[in-house]
Amino acid sequence: MTYAIEAEGLTKRFGNATTGTLALDGIDLAAREGTVLGVLGPNGAGKTTAVRILATLIKPDSGQARVGGLDVVRQAEDVRRIIGLTGQYASVDEDLTGTQNLVMIGQLLDMSAAQARVRAAELLEWFDLSEAAGRMAKTYSGGMRRRLDLAASLVGRPSVIFLDEPTTGLDPAKREDMWDVVRRLVDDGSTVLLTTQYLEEADALADEISVIDRGHVIAHDTPHGLKRVVGGQWLTIRPSDPAQLDALTALLAEIAGSRPQPDGRDTLTVSVESDEILPVAVARLHSAGIRVDELSLHLPSLDEVFFTLTGTRNTAEESAA
Amino acid sequence: MTTTLEKSPLTAAPAASTPPRLRLLRHSLVLAKRNLVKTWRTPEQLIDVTLQPIIFLILFVYVFGGAISHGSQHQYLEFVLPGLLGQGIAMGSVALGQNLNADIEKGLFDRFRSLPIARSAPLVGAVFADFFRYLTMCMIFIGFGYILGYRITTNPASAVAAIALTIGFALSFCWISVWVGLKARTAGAVQGIMFLLILPLSFGSSTFVKVDTMPGWLQAFVKVNPITHLVGAVRGLMIGGPVTNPLIWTFGWMTGLLAVFVPLALRAYKKRI
Repeated sequence: MTYAIEAEGLTKRFGNATTGTLALDGIDLAAREGTVLGVLGPNGAGKTTAVRILATLIKPDSGQARVGGLDVVRQAEDVRRIIGLTGQYASVDEDLTGTQNLVMIGQLLDMSAAQARVRAAELLEWFDLSEAAGRMAKTYSGGMRRRLDLAASLVGRPSVIFLDEPTTGLDPAKREDMWDVVRRLVDDGSTVLLTTQYLEEADALADEISVIDRGHVIAHDTPHGLKRVVGGQWLTIRPSDPAQLDALTALLAEIAGSRPQPDGRDTLTVSVESDEILPVAVARLHSAGIRVDELSLHLPSLDEVFFTLTGTRNTAEESAA
Repeated sequence: MTTTLEKSPLTAAPAASTPPRLRLLRHSLVLAKRNLVKTWRTPEQLIDVTLQPIIFLILFVYVFGGAISHGSQHQYLEFVLPGLLGQGIAMGSVALGQNLNADIEKGLFDRFRSLPIARSAPLVGAVFADFFRYLTMCMIFIGFGYILGYRITTNPASAVAAIALTIGFALSFCWISVWVGLKARTAGAVQGIMFLLILPLSFGSSTFVKVDTMPGWLQAFVKVNPITHLVGAVRGLMIGGPVTNPLIWTFGWMTGLLAVFVPLALRAYKKRI
């Protein structure tokens, strides 16, 4: 089996050797060629640090990593020839036009000016930016900027692509567009490492998911396997009358087979086996006379995944680079 | 997303690669072009090398000139113009560090670091682009000086040599600004630190008054100050006088500045996360 990305025991500490922030504390990651590896975790878990090491921007303190079979420290220059990186903050030059941004990258990748222009036009068309090609990137919307940024990382036709939270801050429609792009990349044979804070996103795109928390991998599985562990879907209900919370708790425990968790906002959430429970729940609520303000069936949020995996509510707010 | 292309352009054949020779130079020129496009889009970035020289010339010649040169403003113009040129290139270098600092904060340099180009290329490119700022400044100083009555009394070759020397020194000196730009936490801090350095260097020199009017301890500083020697060499080349000695000093300083600050800047760039 060929791995396009392999990392073993990566550690990285920022700042002082003893008091600094330990961003990575021995992370192992692996992605087979032509697949999507989803790296799921909250802010400050170490996702960005791991990506920056794999993309040769920074060196690990210990551990080793290979991308396309090349060592990211000793063969960094060769790794850079085969990777594309799209960071969390769209790193395009705002004072340049869309075309100028991409042509510049092409020329830095040793294309001739003519080749670079052809490539830029191709990518701009593919990302639906042809009309905005001659406008300065500072006039672009958030979604357009992300697409230009992603286009910039694809100029050199990389075989391994790192996408660091590519959809954070995008509205749902734009998010779906970005997902289509990722699927297209993989169809074309690329390997993608994608970091995200949304299980829904990892579920939609990834072949395998590594869940990381405070610099550790706390779970690694297929989306299917992970959902089996954390519960396939969650049913969330908010009664109109908070006084009926106890009655609702009993009712949900009965139909779902496990005790629902209160979240402190007069809302109950319970893990359910399948969506077949939805009509049952609606019928039972009706006959019990419980009116609801909110009723939804959804994949677990990152918070719920963490609650299941670690048994604690994740409160990490600080961002480790 | 458009899906009209049969063969999606995302992952086809690898780009043709060219021999590695002169790649650093070519990449630096590509990145220099980027800086020039940005300057072209925001011409107000050129105020410090266009309007500022004009204002400084007027202020120094007409406010201080009479007092310093006992009434002869023309005589002071002759003396002070090469001095202001020396001060101007030192001040003109500040923007370079500030822009680098801002660029890095925006994450654009992450992109450059993930590309198979020399680590130094973005820095060298930014310095190349500054060449045009310094050239502009020299033209403005000499051009506006001519309007005020300044005349180069040597010959055209010496005048060209004076400009070349000034720009050459500027391109060496500006590596201090590059280094500070990479070390400082904010663009504002870059300016503060650079002026702390530039003010004593430019005023504690032969720029504005004759050195023999200063106390001994200050003269000792002035006599090793690179700005003194640059200004001395430019004066010699433009209106006559000793050239060899200040020229040797200036070349020595240029070599020293490059030898120290280029490696420092590269190291700071590698370490900057």
